[in-house]
Amino acid sequence: MSAALLEACGLHLRFGAVRALDDVALEIHPGEVVAIVGESGSGKSTLLRVLAGHVPAQAGRVLYRDAAGDAQEIGALSEAAKRRLMRSEWGFVHQNARDGLRMGISAGGNIGERLMSAGTRNYTEIRTAAADWMARVEMDPARIDEAPRNFSGGMQQRLQIARCLVTQPRLVFMDEPTGGLDVSVQARLLDLIRGLVAELGLAVFFVTHDIAAARLLAHRIIVMRHGRIVEEGLADRVLDDPRHAYTQLLVASVLSA
Amino acid sequence: MRAAIRIEALAKGFTLHLQGGIGFQVLRDAALTVMPGECVALTGPSGAGKSTLMRCLQGNYGADAGHIWLHHRGADVDLAAADARLVREIRRETLGYVSQFLRVIPRVSARDVVAEPLLARGTPRAQAEGRATALLTRLNLPSRLHGLPPATFSGGEQQRVNLARGFAPHYPILLLDEPTASLDAANREVVIGLIAEAKARGAALVGIFHDIEVRDRVADRTRDILPLEDAA
Repeated sequence: MSAALLEACGLHLRFGAVRALDDVALEIHPGEVVAIVGESGSGKSTLLRVLAGHVPAQAGRVLYRDAAGDAQEIGALSEAAKRRLMRSEWGFVHQNARDGLRMGISAGGNIGERLMSAGTRNYTEIRTAAADWMARVEMDPARIDEAPRNFSGGMQQRLQIARCLVTQPRLVFMDEPTGGLDVSVQARLLDLIRGLVAELGLAVFFVTHDIAAARLLAHRIIVMRHGRIVEEGLADRVLDDPRHAYTQLLVASVLSA
Repeated sequence: MRAAIRIEALAKGFTLHLQGGIGFQVLRDAALTVMPGECVALTGPSGAGKSTLMRCLQGNYGADAGHIWLHHRGADVDLAAADARLVREIRRETLGYVSQFLRVIPRVSARDVVAEPLLARGTPRAQAEGRATALLTRLNLPSRLHGLPPATFSGGEQQRVNLARGFAPHYPILLLDEPTASLDAANREVVIGLIAEAKARGAALVGIFHDIEVRDRVADRTRDILPLEDAA
């Protein structure tokens, strides 16, 4: 089997008396979709930020195998090297689209900017790619020159996803990508993400408290509580045959419509 | 000939932490061997553990002890010890499952639900869709429904989508949980024909069939699953 794309071990992080991460170890392989679930304060978003190199851990390390096949220790990379990785091989989808978009430039500009920072210079090529990606995330390409603030929350989120995927990253981090959206909008967005992830063969870490979303999207589920991984495994097995008391509680708390 | 499935000393129990941690054992020392081209029907009273055995065999439930050897990629692989990625690989290439109920995915059409496992194995899209359409047609699902998401379909229609999805990829091992439960006589015949073809191809099948007539026609033998005496 293939080597891990990213692996982390011994991650520790405390905020004062709170253990945000307590001896966390995990890995992700190419094409694998991993959901990190847990309630607020479980440490799941902190874990995502540490894996993506936004926040340093106090102990432990995160290794990423880049496209050239070299293992990079995320904590040891320079800011410039991290930015380069973020612009090319990685993508990050924030819960709040405003954190992932430039609100002052057009929709097309948001997508094109990422392509330009990855090295594309030809204007026509950039504009064509931007229009193409708007269509792929089910936005009207005729609105390419409008500012993000003209779009609804769901559309802003789709724009953020287009901006993230246009450079064809190998690994994508998503922090509650459907949080804060209306339920009908959530379903459509989840379905869109599901299709794109399968089509592009992306490796994805996504943080969610939505068990149904985890079942729909994830191959594997990691359950976090109080900064620790309490259970981990095949998605349908974790949900249908949960072992840990906390996982049983999470699964039992879901209302089925 | 090598067995396609060999279950040895399988144990499975549950601990319900939300109910004060009560535990109960469903399977202990369970064994089952299925040869290629053979169909085994699991029988026994309701609650004895037939479904639990099926779910262990599908990897949906984790075994507590024992082995589930499956013939996969030319070797015997222990599903009971496989990690998540290996289980996915086994499900993609070797192990099919027709559940009683279809898990509906919003906005995905019946044809795409059926074509999906073929695409995952690398079948070109046109060929996968052609095969999906042919199977749905054979199972008498009206063609006007092929392009619609099955969420609003009747129980029988959903079950036929599920059957088409399970039979489309010609898995070497196929698990069937009540495959004819909500089907009319004509479609039951279609399913009996699909099972006979799978056996002729050398597939190993394990099924739960409450329909005695279907069971008698497709199963080469039955395997009784009896409740554990101390099950509580």
